[in-house]
Amino acid sequence: MAGANRSSEKHEGFEVPKVDVKFTKLFINGQFVDAVSGKTFETRDPRTGEVIARIAEGDKADIDLAVKAAREAFDNGPWPRMSGYERGRILHRFADIVEQHVEELAALDTMDAGKLFQVGKLFDVPSSVQLLRYFAGAADKVHGATLKMSQRMQGYTLKEPVGVVGHIVPWNYPTTMFFFKVGPGLAAGCTVVIKPAEQTPLSALFCAHLAKEAGVPDGVLNVVPGFGATAGAAIASHMDIDKVSFTGSTEVGRLVMEAAAKSNLKPVSLELGGKSPVIVFDDADVDMAVNLANMATFTNKGEICVAGTRIYVQEGIYDTFVKKAAEVAKRSVVGDPFNPHVHQGPQVDKDQYEKILKYIDMGKREGATLVAGGKPCGNKGYYVEPTIFTDVKDDMVIAQDEIFGPVMALMKFKTVEEAIQKANNTRYGLAAGIVTKNIDIANTVSRSIRAGAIWINCYFAFEPDAPLGGYKMSGFGKDMGMDSLDKYLQTKTVVTPLYNSPWL
Amino acid sequence: MYKARALLPGTLLHGRHRFSTAPAVVTGAAPNDEPIQPCVEIKHTQLLINGNFVDAASGKTFSTLDPRTGEAIARVAEGDAEDINRAVAAARRAFDEGPWPRMSAYERCRVLLRFADLIESHAEEIAALETWDSGKPLEQAAGAEVPMVARFVRYYAGWADKIHGLVVPADGPHHAQVLHEPIGVAGQIIPWNFPLLMFAWKVAPALACGNTVVLKTAEQTPLSALYVASLLHEAGVPEGVLNVISGFGPTAGAALCSHMDVDKLAFTGSTGTGKIILELAARSNLKPVTLELGGKSPFVVMDDADVDQAVELAHHAVFFNQGQCCCAGSRTFVHERVYDEFVEKSKARALNRVVGDPFRKGVEQGPQIDGEQFKKILQYVKSGVDTGATLVAGGERVGDRGFYVHPTDEMKIAQEEIFGPVQTILKFRGVEEVMRRANATPYGLAAGVFTRSLDVANTMARALRAGTVWINCYDVFDAAIPFGGFKMSGVGREKGPYGLRNYLQTKSVVTPIRDAAWL
Repeated sequence: MAGANRSSEKHEGFEVPKVDVKFTKLFINGQFVDAVSGKTFETRDPRTGEVIARIAEGDKADIDLAVKAAREAFDNGPWPRMSGYERGRILHRFADIVEQHVEELAALDTMDAGKLFQVGKLFDVPSSVQLLRYFAGAADKVHGATLKMSQRMQGYTLKEPVGVVGHIVPWNYPTTMFFFKVGPGLAAGCTVVIKPAEQTPLSALFCAHLAKEAGVPDGVLNVVPGFGATAGAAIASHMDIDKVSFTGSTEVGRLVMEAAAKSNLKPVSLELGGKSPVIVFDDADVDMAVNLANMATFTNKGEICVAGTRIYVQEGIYDTFVKKAAEVAKRSVVGDPFNPHVHQGPQVDKDQYEKILKYIDMGKREGATLVAGGKPCGNKGYYVEPTIFTDVKDDMVIAQDEIFGPVMALMKFKTVEEAIQKANNTRYGLAAGIVTKNIDIANTVSRSIRAGAIWINCYFAFEPDAPLGGYKMSGFGKDMGMDSLDKYLQTKTVVTPLYNSPWL
Repeated sequence: MYKARALLPGTLLHGRHRFSTAPAVVTGAAPNDEPIQPCVEIKHTQLLINGNFVDAASGKTFSTLDPRTGEAIARVAEGDAEDINRAVAAARRAFDEGPWPRMSAYERCRVLLRFADLIESHAEEIAALETWDSGKPLEQAAGAEVPMVARFVRYYAGWADKIHGLVVPADGPHHAQVLHEPIGVAGQIIPWNFPLLMFAWKVAPALACGNTVVLKTAEQTPLSALYVASLLHEAGVPEGVLNVISGFGPTAGAALCSHMDVDKLAFTGSTGTGKIILELAARSNLKPVTLELGGKSPFVVMDDADVDQAVELAHHAVFFNQGQCCCAGSRTFVHERVYDEFVEKSKARALNRVVGDPFRKGVEQGPQIDGEQFKKILQYVKSGVDTGATLVAGGERVGDRGFYVHPTDEMKIAQEEIFGPVQTILKFRGVEEVMRRANATPYGLAAGVFTRSLDVANTMARALRAGTVWINCYDVFDAAIPFGGFKMSGVGREKGPYGLRNYLQTKSVVTPIRDAAWL
């Protein structure tokens, strides 16, 4: 039986910043307003399960109002009519203002999602600022092309903003996901209706306020918290939304795509789940590989789409690896995410918590061997121990399903071909890690794995300039990088006859 | 022959002239006015090497003159070969060992954005320096050029973290990456007609790509670059990344072009000097060279044009910046059906042009840059008259605006770049004829076409052998729009994403792939 992880219930001399929840209403057309129905819903603190605040609950009627505002702002407002440079200036100001509120935003996400405060402060929110600046600088660099026509014609393409964009974002990285979507959407000249996850509405509403301060015109950015089945479905089926971009589970992704098809055939991009493999070859430095795998599975309490949760270790180092991995997992401190000494906070809510425990149970029943964790942690909130299973067969549920929690499946392999075959034996294709010193293995395996992000001797190597998106049932469309702007642009080809052109 | 109505001394080699009033509606100056004293302090007059303002190795200085009077504004350190050597050494160290190329592009972007903010917060000071040193109207410097400089820097700051190479499909199992790397130490030589804008066009893309720079300013206008470079250091650029040398072409300029440790050269100036630059680069280390040279750009007015609009546009196309524009629309081709009306209206417009102290509000045209240019322009005016063109306005020494009709294509004034406020109006009959004549020049920098017809616009746009074709507009510049010449107007392009290519080296990295899953 794995030993219990230390959980720090008492405040061991760390400060919990005082966090005021200032914005709890829907943000539509530049104003914070109640829901049409007057309804509100609770958002809870996963450290305790207690209610943080009541938030206005957007539904179809509110989405309609938001879309109306966004439509007006796009069809008649200044946003798409100002130059890319001018949009970029406003987005730069937005980034500067967000940067001034890094701690507040990080604290909101910690309270709302159980994310580590230090990481939020030092990495998550600052990298959102960097990403926004990336897109601010891209706004005046959206290029069409002049074309080679074989007829006596002149042709060129224009890249135009697609119009009103609907965004549905998840709860695991509330601020980051907000800027993943809003950054390129606004830079491209579109107007946006964004529904943050019902588990984590707080930081999105705060960012809406900051956007207004930065000079984003009314109606350009609308934030409507609410539930997927109501507000989310309303976005996906809306006849006047020109594009929908969704990040979340594969199951819900299907529903979004279906609704888009059944309504106005709005183009869809989906960033969905994953069951990403990490392949460790026997020429790897074992300690480095163990830490990498640990990070790949347990970062953000496993609530990350690109989490590396299937760890394949070549047989030569397998036994040592298992031993060390279990040790590292057991040393992990699970507790209050405001505590800078804690490695892992609580799962986001009760549903997720219970789901994870069910999967752990299934793993045991299917016959996998538990070498670390496996139990809930503490007697309050939604804490789960970092858990490692070995002797996992490829067809076990815990090897196929995305658990979205701190659960690692550790498996052995012999040859390169076997590793590739096992790695690809999944309906998902979001990311993969490769640990090796050998140039040929690195090149061959990276080309052979069907996944959108391949991280060699590193993991979570996110970059504003590096496009991120899945293969297969992990979705389609890219976030980040110049490629992500394509989601928010239409390509229009313009052709005129040419007379007496000296060249063709 | 009509005399100019508003009189202004151009530059003079001695003494000081007074302005006299134009009796026309818009007045540039009152009689016997003193030139307005600019209230800006000249903070930097030394060379900027490795983050420090220093004297020239020789200790020499030279005067930079006020074009309104020909008098010295300040004495500035005179850089020569030894100073160039020191500057290149600093730039080399900063590139090979210093932080600038090694920091992330995002961090470079942040420095450049801070630089743009500092330019904006010191805009008044910078514009005043620029007007004082170059004679361009303050309204132009402050209202257009300084904001354009900030815009320009921000544009390239935004490219820094987006510089991509390619991964290309080889015909075989090889992984081929094409990396775009900073090229190294860039030598840049800029002219006096747009001192600060030219500074930005050169320095911004070079720095955004991670290079280090040695910049030689024009001897006529050394001041604004030194000041703005100090702001760049305030923004956090490491020492040695930007070095600014004031000095003369045959000494400092030649030393930079011939330097064996400069990886890239970029020059904007006359075609004559451009040839020398290219030669020196070839004789030394074959450093790649981009050249932005002269022009004799045609401005074509079709018979369907709105004559009033065409007159105004053509007027600005040639007279903007005292006519000191490489892309000035200096051959105005007008369709015979509208020729007479066009000439009458252009004459009236030219006579109304407000010439005066560039520090005074409402002045459209200041003095020419210096005595040498001034003399040259008047020689061209005389040549025009001597070869039989009709001078209908200006042309006087003090008025210094020539305005010609009925010249022929072969006249010097129709062939050679005057670089002054001299408009030459030629008559044509048909589209094919004007295309042929517009292209009959060794230059090819820009062109303007004024027409309502979609087809004429498209055909002419393609037929004109020039790097920029402006349709129903002129002198529309933006950071995103590439600019450069065909033929003897230059080699290469600046601005837009093309500006980056000048400052990047291309490296192909090839590795075999074993057991490729796809090719």
